[in-house]
Amino acid sequence: MSDHTLQAMPVVYNEEVVRKFMIAAMFWAVIAFTLGTYLALELTWPTFNLGYSFTNFGRLRPVHTSAGIFAFGGSMLFGTAMHVVQRTCRARLWGGPALANFIFWGYQFFIVMAALSYVMGYSKSREYAEPEWHIDLWLTLIWVLMTIVYVGTLLRRAEPHIYVANWFYLAFLITVAMLHIVNNLSLPVSFFGAKSYSLFSGVQDAMVQWWYGHNAVGFFLTAGFLGMMYYFIPKAANRPIYSYRLSIVHFWALIFLYIWAGPHHLHYTALPDWTQTLGMAFSIMLWMPSWGGMINGLMTLSGAWDKLRTDPGLRFSVTAVGFYGMATFEGPVMSIRSVNSLSHYTDWGIGHVHSGALGWVAFISFGAMYYLIPVLWKRPAMWSQRLVAWHYWIATLGIVFYITSMWVAGIMQGLMWRAYDSFGFLQYSFIESVVAVHPFYIIRMIGGVCFLAGGLMMAFNMFMTIRDPQDSRQGFPSGLAVAGE
Amino acid sequence: MPTKIEKDSLTGTNTTGHDWDGVRELDNPLPKWWLYTWLVCIAWAFVWFVLYPSIPLGTTYWHGVLGASTRAEVDRDVAAVTARRAGVMNKIAAEPYDAIRAQPALLEAAQTAGRIGFANNCQPCHGAGGGGAIGYPALAAGAWIWGGRVEDIELTLQHGIRSGDPDARIGQMPRFGADGILTAPQIEQVADYVMTLYQTPRKDAAEADVKAGAALYAENCVACHGENAKGNRELGAPALASRVHLYGGAREQVVAQITQPRLGVMPAWNQRLDAATIKSLALYVHDLGGGE
Repeated sequence: MSDHTLQAMPVVYNEEVVRKFMIAAMFWAVIAFTLGTYLALELTWPTFNLGYSFTNFGRLRPVHTSAGIFAFGGSMLFGTAMHVVQRTCRARLWGGPALANFIFWGYQFFIVMAALSYVMGYSKSREYAEPEWHIDLWLTLIWVLMTIVYVGTLLRRAEPHIYVANWFYLAFLITVAMLHIVNNLSLPVSFFGAKSYSLFSGVQDAMVQWWYGHNAVGFFLTAGFLGMMYYFIPKAANRPIYSYRLSIVHFWALIFLYIWAGPHHLHYTALPDWTQTLGMAFSIMLWMPSWGGMINGLMTLSGAWDKLRTDPGLRFSVTAVGFYGMATFEGPVMSIRSVNSLSHYTDWGIGHVHSGALGWVAFISFGAMYYLIPVLWKRPAMWSQRLVAWHYWIATLGIVFYITSMWVAGIMQGLMWRAYDSFGFLQYSFIESVVAVHPFYIIRMIGGVCFLAGGLMMAFNMFMTIRDPQDSRQGFPSGLAVAGE
Repeated sequence: MPTKIEKDSLTGTNTTGHDWDGVRELDNPLPKWWLYTWLVCIAWAFVWFVLYPSIPLGTTYWHGVLGASTRAEVDRDVAAVTARRAGVMNKIAAEPYDAIRAQPALLEAAQTAGRIGFANNCQPCHGAGGGGAIGYPALAAGAWIWGGRVEDIELTLQHGIRSGDPDARIGQMPRFGADGILTAPQIEQVADYVMTLYQTPRKDAAEADVKAGAALYAENCVACHGENAKGNRELGAPALASRVHLYGGAREQVVAQITQPRLGVMPAWNQRLDAATIKSLALYVHDLGGGE
């Protein structure tokens, strides 16, 4: 073959690995929602702990958070990152299909190992970083390979510029690698044992953990999913991104400011006052840079709002951006020390996390998947648009149940814990505040049932779409996606 | 793909000329309200840096012009609430129980302090209202192991039971089965006898076993639990002729307790609570229904 014919050959994308990641994401989403609902049941009626160590709340809770964040969220991010970087660079994934496959299966192996270790009682007891040292090392390997593949694809791009979605995905990959390695620095007790001890101690240990914890939110659940938003909203709406300048300014502001905000998780603790003030002030400065993404997402729809009537998938994406805006306003408010003295340790925090996790992360993922599934499997559309609409409404209702009940429960707890009577004694005992939130725990559980029902509808819809033999795109061998189509 | 700036037909705004897989960008400026709100936030943050402890400076840090400190704030809050309680709490600490009972306002304060103190510290083990559970004495039942006068309760609260406090109440029961003092059949006979003390008549126990058990009881148990099985509060030996049993009154529970006794621990609360709160708790527990 001459050089000439080589150049004329179209770029063939690796979509096999993206398809795998989408199926995995759907599977883990259902697992995460099921576990979340079950844990809400355990919190409402503790008898559902069942008396077994492995069904105990303390062991199932990290399985739920890891399934939601790392399994569902992570599979979405890896899958869409691999899709977006190929499309927007007009380049095939660097490293070939075997490496991409290894990353897929390696990542799934990490998830299964982590989940099994939690139910067996192994945990580093660091929130959102529970896996023990050997699982951490495995994840590090997979993560570095993923970053190399991503950067390799960027380097072989056929476009002169790098699209904004890729900046966000890259920030996600690099920063989470750094956070993961530093926070998990620990000394194993023995080479063949699972137990290890953190390299840090005391308040430094707590600070490193929340530097990690907060930036896991910032770079995993925010930056990564903003990358998703920046590709799938303009694609689904078929409109240009509202402002290139805003995307540059809010990207760099977000990256610079987020990394400092961790101390707001440790207000009124042994953490020095100066560190607390810095964490709070950087959280306030972070408000507008976070909203930059919301503005760019919503304003991109100007001129295309009518699409929301006909495209329920896009409805998910737009609602996600709305919840994103709400959660990134609520966050800075809660970081203010005097507000935090009311909200900290209460269910308000749980509500805040879930307005981000369900409203933003899950919804932007659903929007991306409803766009991507027909593209990846070459179908004209999802099997049932009506089912997508049903999913949208029942999931939205679930979120509303969840976050409103947790607001009321959390503020009530905060007020009860600080109430004094006329003699100067505490008005309520702790157990009275537990009894008081019980009705709201029931409402929260109902919210979880709604969200899970929506997830099951989506899984069924996805299954039927893939099974449907109707192929809308003729002329290319099945499984091949070619640039410029 | 070459850069080609176009005019967006819907908004009339220029694009930046890039095109990625069909995604383009408009060349809109930063929204003014967004920019100004952000600048205000930044200005606010810098004002906060000046006012409050903020910037690390080697081994020290910038303390802020307000001299604010969360530790000082906590001390102030604790001092304020202590001062608010001081009027009644000093009186409760100083006056004897009879005098407290004689003053309705003071008694109300003590009952309030006792109620909230009980719910936050005692209820996890002893249950709401002092109902108790297996291994945790039922305070409302009147089956006192160490005495049920309010002074006895106060002493138990202060030093605890097997708590490690030098004045703790310490009761020991030999491990009759585990240490081979009695054989397993003998222990069952003792259990059969002990159960006749609170469960009469017993149909499922052979009379011979009960008799043998009575003899073994007289040899091994009488010293602490007493001739009539009413217990001995000096030694913390529970009454066995009672409907209330700390570790349960079923046969296998009695057998287990003789074989390898469980000896529970109650913390010494004088390390966590002040004297007035302990007195309030003693009054509250005394008045749960079982006080003597």
